[in-house]
Amino acid sequence: MLEVNFWIAVLAAGVVSFLLKFAGYVVPAGPLEEPRVRRVTAVLPAALLASLVVLQTFSTGRDLVLDARAAGLVVAVVALVCRAPFIVVVVLAAATAAGLRALGWG
Amino acid sequence: MTADAARSAVVRQGLSVAVATGLYGVSFGALSVTSGLSLWQTCVLSLLLFSGGSQFALIGVLGGGGTVGAAVAASSLLGVRNALYGVQLVPVMRPRGWRRVAVPQLTIDESTAVAVAQSTPELRRLGFWVTGLGVYGFWNLATLVGALAGNALGDPQRYGLDAAAAASFIALLWPRLRSREPVAIAVVGALVTTALVPVLPQGLPVVAAALVGSVVAWCWK
Repeated sequence: MLEVNFWIAVLAAGVVSFLLKFAGYVVPAGPLEEPRVRRVTAVLPAALLASLVVLQTFSTGRDLVLDARAAGLVVAVVALVCRAPFIVVVVLAAATAAGLRALGWG
Repeated sequence: MTADAARSAVVRQGLSVAVATGLYGVSFGALSVTSGLSLWQTCVLSLLLFSGGSQFALIGVLGGGGTVGAAVAASSLLGVRNALYGVQLVPVMRPRGWRRVAVPQLTIDESTAVAVAQSTPELRRLGFWVTGLGVYGFWNLATLVGALAGNALGDPQRYGLDAAAAASFIALLWPRLRSREPVAIAVVGALVTTALVPVLPQGLPVVAAALVGSVVAWCWK
């Protein structure tokens, strides 16, 4: 059942993604160029990504928790401030969480 | 700069973006299989959806136990910006024939960014194709490598792969936080999510954060 649902999600998200990309090339530019619409589309990823950061760092199911992932996030932010490349940021965060867990925390 | 030198500069730029972006396909592939998707589902997702943020969002919601609807909604909302890129690229690319499918599929943050940064229409088209095709190739190859590695790893938490997912999202968010408005919207998104996680079914807090963020952006100033 899970298998089927995951396929539905993969295919549906893929089709919607293509239609959104395609739409940019065929719709009249008018409505999309409207300043307010532009502003919403420009900042929408910020709201979503911030939400995903919170979910992935501080939630387990419907519980809010503080564990080794939070330490990983702090290290990731420090790495970003130091202008580390994407892959370095990700590896440092994973290593931090893995290290803390190996020591028995989180 | 001669025309040839200008062209090879664009090619170098596009390829370095392609390699750098493609590399994090490894972490996508590994996270996807540890979130419960199969190797095939993971690879089809990268081939078909081909938009990093949307892919991470989809597996994040599914892996967290969210519904198919919530996962597709979160992923699709993150893809809305690609429509806006298309609008900017119409006069540059003017896709005809088979390109009417290929050009939109390759329209992502990176190909758009490299294309619009060039000085002539010819160099913009070159930048788009080199970056778009380059990222497509590396991203899909890296996804496969990551998915195979992820399958071999065992318990993802032992390696901190859950923290790697959180770090991926903050790294995708970081370059957007250059002015007050996106920072404010990000804070609103984070607060709405924190407040709603305990009360809404899984997957819906992301959608709610996107909706509240959009309303705030609509009403800004």
